[in-house]
Amino acid sequence: MLGQTPYQPKTWIGRWLEKRLPVISLVVDQFVSFPTPKTLNYWWTFGMVLSVMLIIQLITGIVLAMHYTPHASMAFDSIEHIMRDVQYGWLIRYMHANGASFFFLALFIHMFRCLYYGSYKAPREVLWWFGVLILLTMMTTGFTGYVLPWGQMSYWAATVITNLFSAIPEYGDEIVIWLLGGYSVDNPTLVRFYSLHYLLPMIIAALVAIHVWALHVVGSNNPTGIEPKSLDETVPFTPYATMKDIFVVAVFLLLFAWFLFFQPNYLGHPDNYIPADPLKTPPHIVPEWYFLPFYAILRAVPDKLGGVVAMFASILVLFLLPWLDWSRVRSGTFRPLFRLFFWILVADCILLGWLGAKPAEGIYVEIAQFATIYYFAHFLLVLPLLGLFDRPKRLPESITAAVATLDEKKAAAAEQAALERVMRAQDAEDRAKAGDTATAEETAKADDAAKPEPAAEAPAAGEPPGAEPAAATEDASDVQREKAAGERGSAAGAPDKKD
Amino acid sequence: MTSKLISAATCAALALVLTTATTPAKAAGESLKPPSQYWSFSGPFGRYDQAQLRRGFQVFREVCASCHGLKYIAFRNLGEPGGLEFTEDEVKAIAAEYTVQDGPNADGEMFERPAKPADRWPPPFENDVVGALANNGVAPPDASLLAKARAAERGFPSFVIDMFTTHQEAGVDYIYALLTGYEDEPPEGVEIADGLSYNPYFLGGNAIAMVPPLFDEAVEYEDGTAPTIDNYARDVAAFMMWAAEPKLEQRKFIGVWAFLYLAILGALLYLIKKKIWRRVGH
Repeated sequence: MLGQTPYQPKTWIGRWLEKRLPVISLVVDQFVSFPTPKTLNYWWTFGMVLSVMLIIQLITGIVLAMHYTPHASMAFDSIEHIMRDVQYGWLIRYMHANGASFFFLALFIHMFRCLYYGSYKAPREVLWWFGVLILLTMMTTGFTGYVLPWGQMSYWAATVITNLFSAIPEYGDEIVIWLLGGYSVDNPTLVRFYSLHYLLPMIIAALVAIHVWALHVVGSNNPTGIEPKSLDETVPFTPYATMKDIFVVAVFLLLFAWFLFFQPNYLGHPDNYIPADPLKTPPHIVPEWYFLPFYAILRAVPDKLGGVVAMFASILVLFLLPWLDWSRVRSGTFRPLFRLFFWILVADCILLGWLGAKPAEGIYVEIAQFATIYYFAHFLLVLPLLGLFDRPKRLPESITAAVATLDEKKAAAAEQAALERVMRAQDAEDRAKAGDTATAEETAKADDAAKPEPAAEAPAAGEPPGAEPAAATEDASDVQREKAAGERGSAAGAPDKKD
Repeated sequence: MTSKLISAATCAALALVLTTATTPAKAAGESLKPPSQYWSFSGPFGRYDQAQLRRGFQVFREVCASCHGLKYIAFRNLGEPGGLEFTEDEVKAIAAEYTVQDGPNADGEMFERPAKPADRWPPPFENDVVGALANNGVAPPDASLLAKARAAERGFPSFVIDMFTTHQEAGVDYIYALLTGYEDEPPEGVEIADGLSYNPYFLGGNAIAMVPPLFDEAVEYEDGTAPTIDNYARDVAAFMMWAAEPKLEQRKFIGVWAFLYLAILGALLYLIKKKIWRRVGH
């Protein structure tokens, strides 16, 4: 993108390699000089967080596989062997188990960022599709991995989820038997889940490569949702984006460490420390937290097949998102009504997650049905209609213009504050001179209390005509736009040095 | 701004729904919530109380071990750091008090011999069926993991607060509550089958197959700790936590340093990032 000059290796060996395999220029062009919009805010750092989590999962997983035994009668014991006898086995295993949770946490943040800033819109549809494919693959990987410790929850989660396929008309039962490798979850199921759990991360890695490729073709979206028009509006990926990303990775790992070292079993279920028992069903079968919203949707539909369809549809609908949300304004920053519904969707997803952990009975079912209907309504009704009814705010011409407006506002605010201070000081001085009974200092204090008055007067007195009235009508929501468009994306409010 | 307000209101409404929907209502057959106890090993700086672990081990050996196994614990574990830390000789002596099956020998026969430190804790019953026959029809579960495998649901808002206080002691709270919670007579209207006992904390529905195991002065403590049910339950619960999580001290010790390291690293990275971005005009 954006007329970037390709890198030429400077050493003879670099040039030699470049002619045979242009890997140096690939790395430099894609990960060093790659132009990144200046205004990216911290929500754009989760791609790097996800890459780091993927690497952590791969490394810990490979080590765990060296000590784990995929057999129905030995799997549970081998986990305890890892926890007790393998050097730092507890660390590797807790890292892998909690790592899955934090992988999903980062993924959800990453996806909601896309939803808010319209990152799925043209020309990024394919990039978005591959993201959704990664979500699907990660869910399968997470599920197969959860079965491997062969505890009660592992066993019964496997039973419940594989049984979903029996809802398929006509061939359902055969498909379930084929999936399980028998009539119920048993050793063949465990071994094939283990095999898949080792295979799927390779597929995730491949999908991630394509995802990054697609990203580097179209470039990053940014909080304004306006494409950068020149290299001036971008910064090289390294060191600017990399440095910011690495900082966030450290903060994210801090949160990860809090759970990993001090409450490694908080996110798990106690029942999974009971060895799998096909004859004893746990009172509540609950999936891991990251599946809870989907589980709630599954159980909300009274019909089995309907539930399965709804659950899969809740993810598949995301593939259509670029066309369901057809508004030409990309970023939620400029769409007040869209923004409202975005937050309602977030609340709805959290509500679904909470319902997924509750037993499917009584009032919970009704709330879950309502929340499920709302979830689909958001994508199938609200978003298309918002294209008609949302009144987007006037878009800035370019990223530079958006930032400039922000700068002007900041400067104007600073000027006004300075003006007020001067006026108040003068006022106090005047009164003191006039020989009021109160001292000047007290007057100043009293003026502080009556602040709104001078504040209201100030603009009329000191502002250049035209600049302020327009801003005043756009008022508070405008301030919010600036916040999203500029402040978060800029160097965390670092002073401007632009000439 | 308005939309922010409305979204905040939505969240508030949601929170209200959450709290009202989770107001505890104790229906018949539901178990009581175990109250939180003080544990020396809670929190990021928690450590096992070695004397307590040894007392708990004594209670386990003299009372619980007649029915409950401890299969993931080998005698050598009793000498490991961050636990009971018996000396090598003490571990050998303890192991020698137990017999384990070994073999086959040169004649093809299985034989019994005194345990060595490398041996695992021998099972109390040949198999679960024998265990169930001897215990009101329910095989006593292995005790090695119980402190992590049992817990009453914490509910809202505790489960949110727990994230910040690193509460991981729901299992031991439960064990303590269960051991001290037996009631001689079930409340009116509650029928308990023959041989079972009434315990309002029991997760499996108030009628428990384990007969009240502890009595005052059932175990003679050597360190002067009062020989009460309360102390026995507390000590054996702590011991069971160690049995379930023998690397807890190592984990928390590394954790504190890892956390500090990441915090300082994060702060430094932030400063570098800030300095780099200062070059950019925008």
